[in-house]
Amino acid sequence: MLAIVIEWLNTLFVAPFVDMFSLPDFLLQVLWEGFVSGVLYALIALGFVLIFKASGVFNFAQGIMVVFAALVLVSLHAMGMPAWVALALTVGVMGIFALVVERVVLRKLVNQPDAILLMATIGLTLVVKGAGQLFFGGEPKSMITEELGLPTGSSDWEVFDGIVIFQHIDIAAAVIAILMVASLGVFFSKTRIGRALRAVADDHQAALSVGISLNQIWAIVWFAAGIVALVTGIMWGARSDVSFALEIIALKALAVLILGGFTSIPGAIVGGLLVGISEKLFEVYWGPIFGGGVEAWFAYVLALVFLLFRPQGLFGERIIERV
Amino acid sequence: MIYREAGQYKTSYASDQALLPIRQDRIGLLLILVIAFVIVPIFGSSFFLGSIMIPFLVFALAAIGLNILTGYAGQLSLGTGAFMGVGAYACYKLTSYLPDVNIIVHVLVSGLFAALIGVIFGLPSLRIKGLYLAITTLAAQFFLEWCFIRIAWLYNHNDSGAIEVPRRYIGDLALTGPTATPVTRYLVILSLVAIMTLVAANVLRGRIGRSWMMIRDMDIAAELMGIRPLRAKLSAFAFSSYYCGVAGALMVFFWLGSAEVEAFDINHSFLILFMVIIGGMGSLAGCFMGAAFLWILPIVIRFVPSVLGIDMLAATTEHISNIIIGALIIFFLIVEPHGFARLWQIGKEKLRTWPFPYASS
Repeated sequence: MLAIVIEWLNTLFVAPFVDMFSLPDFLLQVLWEGFVSGVLYALIALGFVLIFKASGVFNFAQGIMVVFAALVLVSLHAMGMPAWVALALTVGVMGIFALVVERVVLRKLVNQPDAILLMATIGLTLVVKGAGQLFFGGEPKSMITEELGLPTGSSDWEVFDGIVIFQHIDIAAAVIAILMVASLGVFFSKTRIGRALRAVADDHQAALSVGISLNQIWAIVWFAAGIVALVTGIMWGARSDVSFALEIIALKALAVLILGGFTSIPGAIVGGLLVGISEKLFEVYWGPIFGGGVEAWFAYVLALVFLLFRPQGLFGERIIERV
Repeated sequence: MIYREAGQYKTSYASDQALLPIRQDRIGLLLILVIAFVIVPIFGSSFFLGSIMIPFLVFALAAIGLNILTGYAGQLSLGTGAFMGVGAYACYKLTSYLPDVNIIVHVLVSGLFAALIGVIFGLPSLRIKGLYLAITTLAAQFFLEWCFIRIAWLYNHNDSGAIEVPRRYIGDLALTGPTATPVTRYLVILSLVAIMTLVAANVLRGRIGRSWMMIRDMDIAAELMGIRPLRAKLSAFAFSSYYCGVAGALMVFFWLGSAEVEAFDINHSFLILFMVIIGGMGSLAGCFMGAAFLWILPIVIRFVPSVLGIDMLAATTEHISNIIIGALIIFFLIVEPHGFARLWQIGKEKLRTWPFPYASS
């Protein structure tokens, strides 16, 4: 009996770590892969946080917006436009999308409970998904990586008697993500609109009373989330194909948000990286014990366990309720 | 004029507390039951029974399950599909171990397994609520889906990974399996759904149901008034998951005939959530209306182009129905957040005062 327990503890708690340190170059590769997928999770989560901060809407449609933006870009290019023109037009499309959402959906639902707003964005998801499939077809498309001037290929790094492979597009994704977060930070703290956004996030009524237009701010926020979605779509599409399967993967950003807190941009980044890396480590070193495929649920279960101990997330504001 | 309760006096407490206090409602319900139990099986074609009525009833039952949790107890859940799966797989295992026990007993017992799993995944609801809870139910959805794929024991180590429904009989009458007629399957489902709806209606207006609604309306106030959140929330999860589990077992055994894990994926969870939203949160009649609407609408959309003589791909109609359903959800949330059930109620109010719309009742 004792032997079985020790054996079991060994496979669960010792053997994976022995595996890790016996092949350090492989471990580095796993960590890098986890980091890159973490960056992408973080980017999706960033779109959620932007909208949640400014309007309290939990935007379920962020995942499908990523797919939609990428599809618009690819399809415009397939119609014969140069890549950069297509990119500019896609930004325009996301702007119109933001205006329409604000005018048709959000403005009518002011002051409704959170759950109603969440369900409205689920309805929005269906509309965007149906429209996307109707106009662009359901089959996967490849991203126009080279036309956009993004690097392809890979470099090797020799370390620990082995090699670690870095795809150039992954490095570019990380750099662009960092640039985007930095520019969002500047935008929020230095510009007039950014300050108005923060004011709205703090208190809707107070913001209204000092003359900030809520409707305008919401449209801007959805536009910003649309641009984040476009960047995410390009990066994701460059790693795999642009397809509607991404919509399900994008739900993982919800787990990221629980880890990072719903209202914190640094939280989204840290949470995304945490989920990406721990998920890859778990899949590679512990997955075989459970029979593989644990990537599908690990992020959610991690979030669930985390919720029990720290419901406000790593950086979120503590919610205090009074009767 | 027809729908007016003037002159119907309640002379005892029992009649005051009746489920349907108005005579016209009782007659209406009786009519519906007669149509459902007698006229539909006699005149319905096997396509109508097998592809419209049976799925409609299954989804209505699942929607009741979700509505208990979301509409009455206020706990948003995105894991309905997985809870239905638990019921289906439990029923499959039960009937492979105990093939002699009646399949209907198995269906009812398999709901208990779903209830148990539901309680386990409902535990976080004691500390968190709203959107956070929705995400923990997503964890249930994906984790259970993974279990259905990876734990080969659940589908008896089939090569296909699907659960095939065996033939089960009462006497000589085939209830499940390929030889069962749509009429038999329809009647079994209809009886179960009718009984379970009645039970739900009584539980909801009883002590437990009212404690759920108190938790939904304001949890802190409910706690101050002596409702134990632990008991109320977990019992809501158990009840809701029981209904979903039974619906899942019925779906596989009496409708699909065989199922893989795709039958319980997150799209089904969403579909049932939409049925609850469009039908009306916190209304049992709404569950039936929402299920009927969302199940029949895509079928209608599929048929409209061929009637009009337009050539349209099957995929295209599916996309169009996606758009329409999504738009309808937004429309309903904006215009009438309480769904069809509320429209039905308004209609009844209008009928009571007709033809004097300004008469105060």
